Amino acid sequence: MNLMSFFQRRTSAPVARERLQILLAHERGVGGGKSDLVAVLREEILAVVRRHVSIERDGVQIKMNRGSDMSTLEIEVEIPAPAPASAGA
Amino acid sequence: MAKVLVVTSGKGGVGKTTSTAALGAALAHGGEKVVVIDFDVGLRNLDLVMGAERRVVFDLINVVQGDAKLNQALIRDKRIENLSLLPASQTRDKDALTEEGVARVLGELREKFDWIVCDSPAGIERGATLAMRHADVAVVVTNPEVSSVRDSDRIIGLLDSKTEKAENGERVEKHLLLTRYDPVRAERGEMLKVDDVLEILSIPLIGIIPESEEVLRASNVGSPVTLNNPGSAPSKAYFDAVRRLKGETVEMTVPTDRKGLFGKLFGRRAA
Repeated sequence: MNLMSFFQRRTSAPVARERLQILLAHERGVGGGKSDLVAVLREEILAVVRRHVSIERDGVQIKMNRGSDMSTLEIEVEIPAPAPASAGA
Repeated sequence: MAKVLVVTSGKGGVGKTTSTAALGAALAHGGEKVVVIDFDVGLRNLDLVMGAERRVVFDLINVVQGDAKLNQALIRDKRIENLSLLPASQTRDKDALTEEGVARVLGELREKFDWIVCDSPAGIERGATLAMRHADVAVVVTNPEVSSVRDSDRIIGLLDSKTEKAENGERVEKHLLLTRYDPVRAERGEMLKVDDVLEILSIPLIGIIPESEEVLRASNVGSPVTLNNPGSAPSKAYFDAVRRLKGETVEMTVPTDRKGLFGKLFGRRAA
């Protein structure tokens, strides 16, 4: 390892944390038997967006970060490039 | 009143058996009457970790099926007299465990002991669900690693739905035991931190067991780490966890085996 790569080293734990949060939000909704806010939101947002734009199921990513002071809800909707002459998003 | 505690995790190899032995011995060390039960039929190991592998005559399945009396199968620990082991069968099929049979054996054990610590097998199959079925308290053993956290999440879901308590509208008291934790790597961002795991699993923390050579050293010689080296970092963490299990408030720390320069140079001690 040279000196530059030492300083530029990216940490992997935040990646692990984020992957788990996304995966478990999904899995808890599927078979966990728990009513999960994130899973419900995901389905409803998907339905609303699909009324206007055709998107993939995986196109909606929802993350919820619960903090002691503040919680945030991050919604990312991936919209494919519009087909020529179709209505805009 | 007797408490049934299940040590579970979903994933294998995270430290269920080590933790069952360590917690059981620490509870017994504090004067409680304790039995540790191996539910891993066909792949028993609690006997080996406890150093009782050559004393097994009858096992849990013999008792469940009525081929042996409970007292014939219980193995009393040679180091602590109020600690006993009920081993699993190594030869039988796991289907030999019936729900009624397990309930009956646990009922008998409740008469004799203060704590009944059930070492769950990995997975979510019959052995694991039977081990948690009658639990009052669950210790979910988790490593700070993605697959372990995912499987723990699944097990928490089962504790909330498939246990006797859950079906009666009550709750199994759930606790997270984070094992193999390396505070230095976590600080460097190379390992999930305690808070990351807590936030994801959202169950209360009962203890943080640091990664330590002492754990292997203890299993090598067939002794719960809390008996083999009570002053070591993992043992301190297990003793603290036991105090919390009994309702005490103990400040949460990650004990470390600090080595001075001398220890670093000459610290390679044989078990």
